[in-house]
Amino acid sequence: MNTATASRYTAEYQTIASVLPGQNLPWLQTLRSEALEQFSAQGFPSPREEEWRYTNVSGIEKKLFSPSVDLTTIDINADWLKAYRLEDAWVLVLVNGHFSAELSVLEGLPEAVTVMGMAEALAKQPDTVEKYLGKGADQSEHSFIAFNTAWFTDGLFVHVPAKLVLDRPIQLLHIVTGSDAMATTRNIVIADALAEAKVIETFISRDGVYAANLSGTDAALGQDSAYLTAAVTEVFVGKNADVTLYKLQSESEKAYHFGGCYVKQARDARFTHHNFAFGGLLARSDIHVDLDHASECELNGLYLGIKRQHLDNHTRINHLKPHAISRELYKGVLDDRARGVFQGRVIVSEDAQKTDSQMNNRNLLLSDDAEADTKPQLEIYADDVKCAHGVTVGQLDEKSIFYLQSRCVDEETARNMLTFAFANEMVDKVKIKSLHDKVLEQVLVRFPQQGVNKEWL
Amino acid sequence: MLSIKNLTVNVNDKQILKGINLEIKAGEIHAIMGPNGSGKSTLSHVLSGKGGYTVTGGSATYQGKDLLEMAPEIRAREGVFLAFQYPVEIPGVSNIYLLKAALNSIRKHHGQPEVDAMDFLTLVKEKVRLLEMDEKFLYRAVNEGFSGGEKKRNEILQMAILEPKLCIMDETDSGLDIDALKIVSEGVNSLRSPERSFVMVTHYQRLLDYIKPDFVHVLAHGQIVKSGGAELALELEEKGYSWVEEAVA
Repeated sequence: MNTATASRYTAEYQTIASVLPGQNLPWLQTLRSEALEQFSAQGFPSPREEEWRYTNVSGIEKKLFSPSVDLTTIDINADWLKAYRLEDAWVLVLVNGHFSAELSVLEGLPEAVTVMGMAEALAKQPDTVEKYLGKGADQSEHSFIAFNTAWFTDGLFVHVPAKLVLDRPIQLLHIVTGSDAMATTRNIVIADALAEAKVIETFISRDGVYAANLSGTDAALGQDSAYLTAAVTEVFVGKNADVTLYKLQSESEKAYHFGGCYVKQARDARFTHHNFAFGGLLARSDIHVDLDHASECELNGLYLGIKRQHLDNHTRINHLKPHAISRELYKGVLDDRARGVFQGRVIVSEDAQKTDSQMNNRNLLLSDDAEADTKPQLEIYADDVKCAHGVTVGQLDEKSIFYLQSRCVDEETARNMLTFAFANEMVDKVKIKSLHDKVLEQVLVRFPQQGVNKEWL
Repeated sequence: MLSIKNLTVNVNDKQILKGINLEIKAGEIHAIMGPNGSGKSTLSHVLSGKGGYTVTGGSATYQGKDLLEMAPEIRAREGVFLAFQYPVEIPGVSNIYLLKAALNSIRKHHGQPEVDAMDFLTLVKEKVRLLEMDEKFLYRAVNEGFSGGEKKRNEILQMAILEPKLCIMDETDSGLDIDALKIVSEGVNSLRSPERSFVMVTHYQRLLDYIKPDFVHVLAHGQIVKSGGAELALELEEKGYSWVEEAVA
């Protein structure tokens, strides 16, 4: 029999298998071994798969990143961390995929709320975790999810009980250090009926040019490193509950990033997602949402690609029951040789009458070599629905440039102002002031800002 | 102020302006009237520096300098202001941001320091009141979702704050109802001064009831075919453009 596997990663699995959390949980061991089997058979997704046709992740296979086992030697500068840590939030920090109690700030959490690392949750509340893990993300979807299930080392576990409204956001801060590292994390967010929560996922590299810029240290010290982040987040929004999830992806310029967010909404539930895809050499986001009766979701996205970045955004909204509402707006700004991908699919099942859905994707190309691939898909099996979608790919409007010039603004500044304005529409949707400012800072650091006066914004 | 001599302009190899001569002195208001396709908008666009037009001959001298050599933003900083027929919507850039950026560009151009933030706000609010606008407009994106009248009023607001020397008004009355027309005209009239000149490009005489010109020129087939005082506009209103067009032919 042919024992060759599709991925070199499988052969490496035994080196970490013994340190993964949940060794004593048979259900998890079963889940992991099934996932490993699936991943071994398939390897990483290939562009031959329709849902991956624009994105080739074979670089991950070539590099062979390694999971880190020991955190004791890793140095994280507390001052540097301030550039990313939100002051008005509870912060859970993961370094190379492992929870760091030392760097986290979880004081003052209401007693009824559970916020802890996934490894800890598996030790303390295994029965609760069992009810949710793998129930939001479908392993058969693609092999990255299976990879995550087999390899995850830690993550965030949030459980907000019924009727409780969290008055501060929870920030999950992923930091990767060094080259050739791999951080595989699994997160679960549960909001029971009528609960409200805001969760912010931030992905950063300790090393790197932007990290150096933002922390005020010498930019020359910033050395972008290649590594792999593979995070899967499962979100369960209970009846009439309200969850907002922000993702600020600022990985290093050479990093590979996969981040999947899989959401199950109960009746009358509300879910909002803001996806800021700024970093990484190759970054892919999945946001999949299942909508129950009269539930609402809003998906916002902004991807900014420069140099040779490849940023893929894959969204799917399943209208399963009647009267649900979905709104989606993704904007991309692509410069140099960057490539942006938007694949948005809205599926309205036979039962989902009175669905109200709008999907929009707008792309701004700043260079002749930049590329935008956009594929909006509407699949409607019900007959009484309101669905709209629109797509644009274009350059800055010459009429707008002339208008600004006629108002004394030079052409270069006019272009910068218009580019910034295009992106800023998405930044302005962030209502948490501290996060808004950090996102804005990230936008400005990536784009030409000559003539754009920050103080006046 | 502005001296145009034998100006000829092509658009896509087709001659649109066929030798325009015009002398505008400080403090004067000139109305340029003409039927559709006569070249009125081309003239205002060429003077403000819009792309897509090729100057094939002649000159335009503004305050002793070659206007046609300057980039559009330099003309604007030197005091040439174009009030657009169709003001452009700029989502994501607030009105107040643009006003501040524009005013400071002018100040920088003349070697002056940036305007003090408080002084600026006082100035802007005073002009907003003058034009009977809501202060909220300042914080909305430039022209985004504005009605036709609001857009035109916004143009006059910019003009009032930037204090240009030569105002070129392109079909300012189009799309205005009578109330908005009155407000816009009062705004323009309040800006009249011995140092400021106006070029009003218009199809109809209606606007000239409110802003009285010193001179009226009739543009037809790319040439000024008749010039006169304010009474010429009334004559045109009565007899139509065919009267002057025939006179040329």
